Order: sequence, then structure tokens, then C-alpha cells
Amino acid sequence: METQLRKIVDKIKPTFSKGGRLGFLHSTFDAFETFLFVPNTVTKRGSHIRDANDLKRTMIIVIIALLPALLFGMYNVGYQHFAAVADPASQAMWFKCWWYGFVRMLPMILVSYVVGLGIEFAVAQHKGEEVNEGFLVSGLLIPMIMPIDVPLWILALATAFAVVFGKEVFGGTGMNVFNPALLARAFVFFAYTPKISGEHVWIRGFEKGGAYADGFSGATPLGYINDSVAAGAQTLDFGGTTPCDWFWGFIPGSIGEVSTFCILIGAVILIYTGVASWRTMLSVFAGGLIMGWIFNLVGGNAYMEMPAYYHLLLGGFAFGAVFMATDPVTSSQTNAGKIITGLIIGMLAVLIRVVNPGYPEGMMLAILFVNALAPLVDYCVVQVNVRNRKKRLKTAK
Amino acid sequence: MSKVIKLKRGLDIRLVGEAEKTVMQMPVASSYALIPDSFPGITPKLLVAQGDKVKAGTPLFFDKARPQIMFTSPVSGTVAEIRRGEKRRILSVVINANAVVEYETFQVSAPAKSTREKITEVLLQSGLWPFIIQRPYGIVANPTDTPKAIFVSGFDTAPLAPDMNFVLKDEYDNLATGFEVLRKLTDGKVHLGLRNGDNGILNRLTNVEQHLFEGPHPAGNVGIQIHHIDPINKDDVVWTVDIQNVAVIGRLFNTGKVDMHKTIAVTGSEVVAPKYVSMIAGASIEQVVIAAGVKHQNSGDNFRIILGNVLTGTKADSDGYIDLYHNQVTVIPEGNKYELLGWLAPRLNKFSVSHSYFSWLMPKKKYDLDTNLNGGKRALVVTGLYDRYLPMDIYPLYLLKACIAGDIDKMEDLGIYEVLPEDFALCEFVDPSKTDMQAVIADGINLMIKELS
Repeated sequence: METQLRKIVDKIKPTFSKGGRLGFLHSTFDAFETFLFVPNTVTKRGSHIRDANDLKRTMIIVIIALLPALLFGMYNVGYQHFAAVADPASQAMWFKCWWYGFVRMLPMILVSYVVGLGIEFAVAQHKGEEVNEGFLVSGLLIPMIMPIDVPLWILALATAFAVVFGKEVFGGTGMNVFNPALLARAFVFFAYTPKISGEHVWIRGFEKGGAYADGFSGATPLGYINDSVAAGAQTLDFGGTTPCDWFWGFIPGSIGEVSTFCILIGAVILIYTGVASWRTMLSVFAGGLIMGWIFNLVGGNAYMEMPAYYHLLLGGFAFGAVFMATDPVTSSQTNAGKIITGLIIGMLAVLIRVVNPGYPEGMMLAILFVNALAPLVDYCVVQVNVRNRKKRLKTAK
Repeated sequence: MSKVIKLKRGLDIRLVGEAEKTVMQMPVASSYALIPDSFPGITPKLLVAQGDKVKAGTPLFFDKARPQIMFTSPVSGTVAEIRRGEKRRILSVVINANAVVEYETFQVSAPAKSTREKITEVLLQSGLWPFIIQRPYGIVANPTDTPKAIFVSGFDTAPLAPDMNFVLKDEYDNLATGFEVLRKLTDGKVHLGLRNGDNGILNRLTNVEQHLFEGPHPAGNVGIQIHHIDPINKDDVVWTVDIQNVAVIGRLFNTGKVDMHKTIAVTGSEVVAPKYVSMIAGASIEQVVIAAGVKHQNSGDNFRIILGNVLTGTKADSDGYIDLYHNQVTVIPEGNKYELLGWLAPRLNKFSVSHSYFSWLMPKKKYDLDTNLNGGKRALVVTGLYDRYLPMDIYPLYLLKACIAGDIDKMEDLGIYEVLPEDFALCEFVDPSKTDMQAVIADGINLMIKELS
């Protein structure tokens, strides 16, 4: 089979090579060819043998790590939907819930990949470069951090914005300053605020009529908390959910972010394979806890007195810590820097949540802000090394 | 005896084809050559013409910028050919060798009683001066400099590297004399890096500062050892000499002859019976390799002969020659074949430091690796990986980027004086973006030489 397939590829290759009839598509052809076959390129300069690992493998590991959160997210879409329409019989059937979510989620994933990869292929073609695998991850992250009710055209627009202005204008994968997936989310948040905020977007099929369960609002636990703080309540309202629900993920929210448990499975995969930095993950969680404890000490309102670890289970905190803050391109590049920026992300996220009443979730903005800060932190870390070298020179003289 | 310097960062790549501890004597071959390009940082000016008779130790060419540095013939015979490339650049000076080597004789005296000037003079005349390599930059040393110290690494940690205690087992007297010579060349110390736990001929040398190292490759790189013994600062000059070349220098001062006999390891999965071969430097690589036997000899391009080890060696042409610096030849299969969905497969026979493969579960397994790049070139994406393979207080990614940007101030700040391309070989090996890091560092160093001279 392998040799047969290779023969076919070799046969059509000249058509797509430079000078061939479809030569203008050579980057696209190359992307598919290298997807099928590891190329026969041999080392020319430097080390004659190379590690078996490459970026394709690295990216696929991230996708595998995302799968538990994605699959549970699909299930939860159905679960929340049937809760909303008061259909406990369907809600009890896990496959029906999952299938419901899968059918709603599939178009979102397709739109994100088609739009994003379309632009990536076109740019690679234009530059005459090989297509980079980076978007395989971004393309899955983007729908996972959206509310299920986001219109597909907004999703398409956000993806295009993220790829063009988040990545290509900086020179492509590896050169971008901001996490492209979060940029897509921020774009939607600021450009189409009414369309994707409020209580209704988190649950599929909520606005279109039907028999809703009594008292079911569709808001996320963070939304409930925000409302109760705004109302000056003495105790926080979590919308009837418990920290246990937050951990397992039976709550409304963006598709991928709900289940802390599934995200932690992904974290284990990423840390075990060494693809993502445990330093970043750990320090983001630590930062969140520290800020939570600081608020506990200060006190003031019910939110500030909420147990600090609640923050880690709520909203996009875990998802951001594991999959967003660890993006090697936009996060800090030095080990010390990773710990510093991780702490800042965790602390900022909780700070924004608690202090800013206008915006219930702080993770996205915290990470984007620290993306911009990371080069400065790295500069300071590297400068210590430079200074030590100069000091050594001085003492030697 | 100083304390053991323990290095944690690095990697031992275990390959099939380690040399068995037997030495095969290779008779004097028909053809030898000296290759100017193998001497870093020199421009050759010829002293001989085709047809000239030479002895072992007769100068063949000298360095244009420093004419006192001679490069001499390793064997006696007739100059068969001056091979030239573009713009008449000299590629190699080929000698047809006599079966019995005749030697030029040099006036030598016991180094302990001699002066620095006399010793320098003998080394320059005899053509052994180019053994001495200067840091920073890794170029042939300048005879008018006085180095802060001289460093010699007594062990090699590269994949399939020769065991220097075995190679030099009968060379104690020459080594002792060689180190005595080096001591005369510096006002500082002569340092010898040894592997902790080894107890061979090198441990018995008393006229050097011994330092014990522990840890994976690149602990045997002399640059790594310098960094941990007495790091190079801006404006420092230190010298390094290959351990086997120290013995050749000692031999000159013991006998008055330029005797370039060396023992090199012929290694790699494509060699029928990997072993040590005793030959004269400058021999044709092909003859050395054929003497050891290569598998698949008839299928042409299916293997690659490397002068040196698989990480830092140079690809040898069919008419390549052993240079004066390498102690190893490696033959491995070429990897010019496709692999269906290889990036997705478990690939149990491939080695990777990434836990997305399974090689970490089999730390004892020896691999038969080929020259496939195992992926496509990409922008630098991963971070935190490279730091684990450079046991120096240096940020490899930042130094690399400074070299790419050609920013010499930054390169200086980030430690360019302390590294050679070979120190980045492991970073290059593990890089999933397949960047040619050694080439980047080499370009950076060349830029420094150009800008600062």
C-alpha cells in the first residue's frame, strides 16, 4: 500500500512542482505530501543525525491533549441544552447529549479550519514557503473557547482576523506576539459584544423558544457571581452549581473550558511529553491562588472572601493556564521568565474577575496582556546573565 | 586532585557500531593529502610543485597572514597533484607515498630545559603548530600570543567516540613530553579534563592540572570544560590541543621526527567490524574505511562517511582525507527515503528525547540512525528545550538569534567567545524546527572575526 501510494504521489508531483501546470499550488501540494510521508530530505550541514521529533508531531500532541476537553465539551453542550428545555430523559442519555453537541460543534471546527488554513496556505504559497503546522492547534482552540451560540460568520471573521493580524503580519508562525486563538476570542468579544455576551449564548437553542426549565437562566457560574456582587449580596449565588460541578464540568461556559478534570488530563499529556511547560502551568495556578488568598485577607465583599481555589475551577482559568499561557511562541522563553509571567497571569486573571464588575472573566485579557509583557520579562532575565558575564570580566582584570 | 565537576545537562546518544577494542595496523597507503580548508582560519601559500620529492616534515604550504606557520607533509614521497577549485583556490596537496617513510630531522632538546622561543620555533618549522587552536573562534593559534591557559580534553563523549585511554595506552612518554612542551607555551596552567571514574594512562600524567568531569555529552567538549574551569572573558586568549595531538608533539620532542601516526576509531552501523585503526594522518578516508569493511558496498549512495562523529563531523567525499584533528570516522546509512505518516507512527526504532516517542523507556537500547532530517525546516517555535542540552551558563536561543541578526554587541554579551559550533550540536540534534544551528554559530563567529580584526 505504501509503495503504491508513493507511486501515485510521485506521478502527480511534477504537475505541482515549479514549472508544472499547477506549479502555483506547490506549497499546498507539499503540505499534503509531507502530511502523508515524512520527506526524504537528508541532513546537509551540521549534525548528520536528527531527533525523530518534528513540529508536526509536537502539534499533534497538543491536539490529542485537547481531545478530552473537546469531547466533554460536546457532551456538555447537549447536557446543558436538554437541561434548558427540561428534557431530563434525553439529558440522562450521554450519547444523545454528546451527539447533539457534536453536530453543533462540527460546523464551528470546520469553519475555523477552512478559513484559517485557507489563509495560511495562500500566504505560504505567496511566500513560496512550506505550510506551518501551527494553525492545526489554533484552529481547534478557536471554536473551543467560543460560546456554542456564536454565529458561524462571526467565527469565520474572528479566525481570519486572528490569522492575518495575529500571525501573518508579524511574519507567520513563530513570530507572533499574541496568542492567535485568544486574539480571535478578543476580537469577537470587543467587536460583537451583544452577539456573544449575556446569558443566552452559552446554551444551544435557548433563544428559539421552547419549554424552558423554571428558573433556568443559562448564565455561567461566573455570571451569577458577578450579578450577586453587583446586587451587593452577602452570600454568592453560583446558580445552583457546586465546586464539584465546576471540576467535572457540568456548567454552562465556552465549549472547551468547562471541565477542569478533562483539562487536567490534557495537562498531564502535555507535561509528560514535554510539549508544554509545567513551569508556566504551575505558576499560573499558583498566581491565581495567591491573588485569591490576598483577597481573602483583605476581604470587603462576598466575592473577595470566596475560597481562593474556586477561581481555579471557574471559567476559563484552567483552560487558559494549560493550553493558552503555555503557547511557546507568545509566552516567555526563559525558564525564570515562565515562572514570573505565569504568576502574573494567574494574579491578573483573578484581579480582573474580582475588581472589574463589567467583565466576569479575566483570563483572556490577563494572558493577552502578559503576552505583550513577556519579551520585557525575558529581557530582564537574560540581562542578569549578561551582567554576570561582565562582572566576571571585571573581577578577572 | 580537584573536586568532580558534575554536569547534568546534555545527552548521550547510543548508536550501533561502537569500535571494538582492537587496533588494526594499516600499512602506508599509496596516497595522502593535506587539505588547507581543514585548518581553521588560514589562507595557504604553496611551497611545493607537482613532482617535488618530500619527506615527512617537509613544508608543503604556509599561512599567508602568518608566514611562520608551516604545514608539512605527513609522509615521504612525491607531490602527485595540487588540486584547485574555483579562482584557483587550493583544495588539497596530494602526495604519493613511499612504502617506507623517510623523516626530516628537527633539532630538539628536552622541553623542560628549552625556552619558549625555541619550542615555538620547532613547532612552527615541523608543521605541528596548527595542532594548537585558539579560543575564542577556534582558529589556528597565533604564535606571538601568550595564552592565559591551555586546555586539553582527555575524553570524548560524542556518539561512538573513541576511548582516549585505549588509543593512547602506549604513549605515556610522548604525552608527558607533549604536556611539558605545552607548559612552556603559557604563563598560566595547562588543564587536562578527565572523565570521573576512568583510571587509565591519562590519570597518571602528573605535569598537568587534572579536572574530573561527570555527566553526558558534551562534557567531553573542551569548550564546556573551559567554561567550568576558567571561563573565557572578552579579550582573553586560551589555547586548546587535541589529546592525541599532544602525543604527536611529544613524539617530535622525543625523537626529532614528525611522526603523524594516530589511532582512530572507525565506527558506525554501516561498518562490518567497527574497530580502531592505526594509520598516518592524511590517509585517504576511503582506504581507511575499506580496510575496516563497509556493508552494502555496492549500492553506492546508501551510506554516508563522516570524518568525525555524527554530531559535528564533516561529510567526506570519496576522495576525502583524514585531517589532523579528528580521531574518528563514522559510517551511517543515508536516510533518503520516504516514510508513510511517520510523524504520527510510534516509530520504535527512532530515537527522540521527546516523550512523544518511546525511546526514553529504553535507555539501554542502541539505535541505528540514518541521515534523514525527520521533518521539515520551520521557524523556531519551542522554548526551554535547547537549554537542557548546553551545560553552560548561556541562553542558547538568545545567542542563536543574536547570530542570526548579526548583532555583534549582543553576541558578545551573550557569550559568543565561549562557544564553538560543536557545543550547539546537541541543540541542533533535538530541534524539532530542524534549524542548522552549528552553521548559524559558525557564521556568527566568522562575523566576529571579520568585524573585530
